[in-house]
Amino acid sequence: MEKKTGEPLIHLGVLEEALNLARANSLWPMTFGLACCAIEMMAAGAARFDLDRFGAGVFRPSPRQCDLMIVAGTISKKMGPAVVRLYEQMPAPKWVIAMGNCAISGGPFFYPEMYAIVPGADLLIPVDVYVPGCPPRPEGLIEGILLLEEKITGRGRLRKFRNAAE
Amino acid sequence: MLERGLEEKFYVLNLGPQHPSTHGVLRVELQMEGEFIVKADPDIGYGHRGHEHMAENRSYLQFLPNLGRVDYLHALAYNQCYCMAVEKLLELKVPERAEFIRVITCELNRIASHLLWIGAYLLDLGAFTPFLYCFDDRENILDLLDRVTGSRLTYCYYRFGGVPRDVDDDFLAGCKAFARRLRSRYRDYENLVNKNVIFLERTKGIGIISQEQCVKYGLTGPMVRGSGIPYDLRKCEPYSAYPLFDFDIPVGSTGDIYDRYMVRYREMEQSLRIIEQAVDKIPAGPIMAEKVPKRIKPAPGEVYTAVEAARGEFGIYLVSQGDTTPYRLKLRVPSFGNLSILPEIAVDTLVADLVAILGSIDVVVPEIDR
Repeated sequence: MEKKTGEPLIHLGVLEEALNLARANSLWPMTFGLACCAIEMMAAGAARFDLDRFGAGVFRPSPRQCDLMIVAGTISKKMGPAVVRLYEQMPAPKWVIAMGNCAISGGPFFYPEMYAIVPGADLLIPVDVYVPGCPPRPEGLIEGILLLEEKITGRGRLRKFRNAAE
Repeated sequence: MLERGLEEKFYVLNLGPQHPSTHGVLRVELQMEGEFIVKADPDIGYGHRGHEHMAENRSYLQFLPNLGRVDYLHALAYNQCYCMAVEKLLELKVPERAEFIRVITCELNRIASHLLWIGAYLLDLGAFTPFLYCFDDRENILDLLDRVTGSRLTYCYYRFGGVPRDVDDDFLAGCKAFARRLRSRYRDYENLVNKNVIFLERTKGIGIISQEQCVKYGLTGPMVRGSGIPYDLRKCEPYSAYPLFDFDIPVGSTGDIYDRYMVRYREMEQSLRIIEQAVDKIPAGPIMAEKVPKRIKPAPGEVYTAVEAARGEFGIYLVSQGDTTPYRLKLRVPSFGNLSILPEIAVDTLVADLVAILGSIDVVVPEIDR
């Protein structure tokens, strides 16, 4: 069975659920911008959109202090090893959001003759949530973070609204 | 690359590629003696996306969205430069109303770029509050531009021969309202930043660039104006509708970081003046040139056009061989020239000052790497 890096060997039932609840509501993203999407990531953390409402606004410059990596932008072949190194430096449990089409699949820069980019962050590191857009609006990133919360805890803020809509 | 193993007493420090103050993925290899920098060597290429190569593979119109992603902070100036180049090849005359719309949107985008720079730069220096203030103001511009262009950041609004969508009265009124709002915020910026002792201590007299160095390294934009040379393409080589407006070029005197900050800060006011005049004087009429060919296939020839972007002179050298794709497209980007001075001015400074200097250059890394 394939296991995600950093997955614990022993599971502790209720305690783990409580821990996951805490983790999901205080995700610390890394200040890690690669290109255009980084600006929308900054905008999501700034005055109007205010990621802090969801506990995810504490951007940390060091990977050692983070548990969420937002891959925001095109990964060039020169940058690829650095992305992997940064992911490996993060302490487990850790999650990854691929923000923007470049991080999902290479976006507009991927075509047969392209020599310079890695088409997709999931070729390098495991990705949990994909946020499409070029660049995604800050609302998109916020929804991505809420989806990640749902993935971590199994119950999310979004699910309530989705059930109500159905 | 630095020579390794020669000087044991020097300590090599890597700044980047992931570093909060490199604004993207720039790596600077520093050779240090204690806290002081002996040699700084920028290593670029971490954001290389092959824009120029893409231009040779795509039709003229298909390449247009790329320009919004070369420099995503002042995307509209880049759009404008490319449109001007193709219009020059096709010998199209852009209607006056379209030129006015271009000037208004381009200047709004310039203010957004400067606001983001001020916010992000002060974040580098350790001040968090101005970042929130600047982004608050910037969101107002993005709302205005969102109305007409349909996107928040990587605009692709201009077309060859004009603009595809007209602006309405609400947009023009919104521009005036924004000008009033930003002016009312100057007092906050003055109190928060311009009179802040920590900010003054960290910027005055640091990273001085002389006028000779500006010319030697081909610096443009606020870098060269901060040193006292009033070089602005909007005045020196007027394009679009800029000759019709009355505005000044702010210049600094000593060429330190503080002067470059003040140049950008005062440029926002000048952009507001241009916007207000353009909104008052905007003529009625068509927004697209007549007889724009459906299939863009310019006659063989080569052109160079340049615009004043927020970071300096942005130029496009375009060669056509009478095909539907450009034969060669060279982007002359301001950040590349501006960054080239870093190894010279970084010598004998502290690491903390290097962060301040690097931020004051206002580099956009995907633009350098293209």
